[in-house]
Amino acid sequence: MAVAEEKTSPGTSEKSTSERSTSESSTSEKSWHGIVLQSLKRNDIRLVPYVPDRVLTTLIRNLHADPFFTTFPAAREEEAVGIVSGAWMAGMRGAVLMQTSGFATLANVLASLAVPYQIPLIMFVSERGTLGEFNYGQSLVCRTMRPVLDSLAMEHHTATRLDEFEFIVDRSIKQAIATQAPVALILSPLLTGGKVFDK
Amino acid sequence: MNSDTPARNTKVMNRFDLTSRLIAKLKNEEAVIGGIGNTNFDLWAAGHRPQNFYMLGSMGLAFPIALGVALAQPNRRVFALEGDGSLLMQLGSLSTIATLAPKNLTMIVMDNGIYQITGAQPTPAAAVADIVAIAVASGLANSAWAADEEDFERLIEQSMSAAGPALIGVRIDDKPGVGTTRRDPVQIRERFMHGMGVREPL
Repeated sequence: MAVAEEKTSPGTSEKSTSERSTSESSTSEKSWHGIVLQSLKRNDIRLVPYVPDRVLTTLIRNLHADPFFTTFPAAREEEAVGIVSGAWMAGMRGAVLMQTSGFATLANVLASLAVPYQIPLIMFVSERGTLGEFNYGQSLVCRTMRPVLDSLAMEHHTATRLDEFEFIVDRSIKQAIATQAPVALILSPLLTGGKVFDK
Repeated sequence: MNSDTPARNTKVMNRFDLTSRLIAKLKNEEAVIGGIGNTNFDLWAAGHRPQNFYMLGSMGLAFPIALGVALAQPNRRVFALEGDGSLLMQLGSLSTIATLAPKNLTMIVMDNGIYQITGAQPTPAAAVADIVAIAVASGLANSAWAADEEDFERLIEQSMSAAGPALIGVRIDDKPGVGTTRRDPVQIRERFMHGMGVREPL
């Protein structure tokens, strides 16, 4: 986990090591994960089940540390989708965190629950399989993601720049809720630093 | 199946009858989530209520959806009806529910050991596994087989004042569902949201 925290967004790369570690553990709006956390809060999204990814480590830790959120691991991504779908129908907003390979397990639940029932499912997908991937399996799985999203005409954005990120996240959450349609926010290695070591 | 497993000592009951018995007990706008196929067909046939949610796909997600409802509305009792074949798709959800431990969630597993709706093929678990034992081992200590209809009603009552989530296993026959849910997902969702008090009727 400590190794993962060394991976940071390009926007904080000029900081010293000690400053970086302080920044990484806070919920500063200057970091990509701080923007996610604050945007969730601003939009009253309290329920955040996840299947973890190394890139998401700091975000997950900070969500757990903030009593505003009910956040916990699910065994499968589709389970997490079921949980936030039920919660939204009963008046509580949620979002799901996952990795690309987790998204690849979702075609059935997207096509039979989120889309036809018009549920504003909000997904943050940490993107593996591109821009320096070392695992061929991951790179192939990644190629299935956007075709699945496009086949269901689902809204999706790939976030690559810190200066655009808050706009993309905040507007996408609001659009999902207003239009009752799912959205996938894909977190590119260009934004997060990704995972570049083969262990 | 091992001859001394608890399931062997339970009466083989009927899904529609048990679902009707459950619905008859509901006086406080309790939510009921019906899993795919026969489970929600019988929920529909037992008499539509705005607090019923009917799944039209996403096999195995009745318990996760019910967990979401239970977390969002901790003061409302939530029931989930799931088939054994469906539950096998999502056994991990039992541990998630055990960890979160919502005390307002009652899960009912309709176990006939077959995929009735696809031609009554046996599930991989039918001859070897015990669903209630799996639930207990997943952390859901308050899990039990219902011995007969009377015991089922007793377990339902008991779950409504339990300190944690409850799971009730029932052995059922191989009969298909009695009705057929009207397959209109937006209407199902909108009515359910009215039933949950988060939307006004249009």
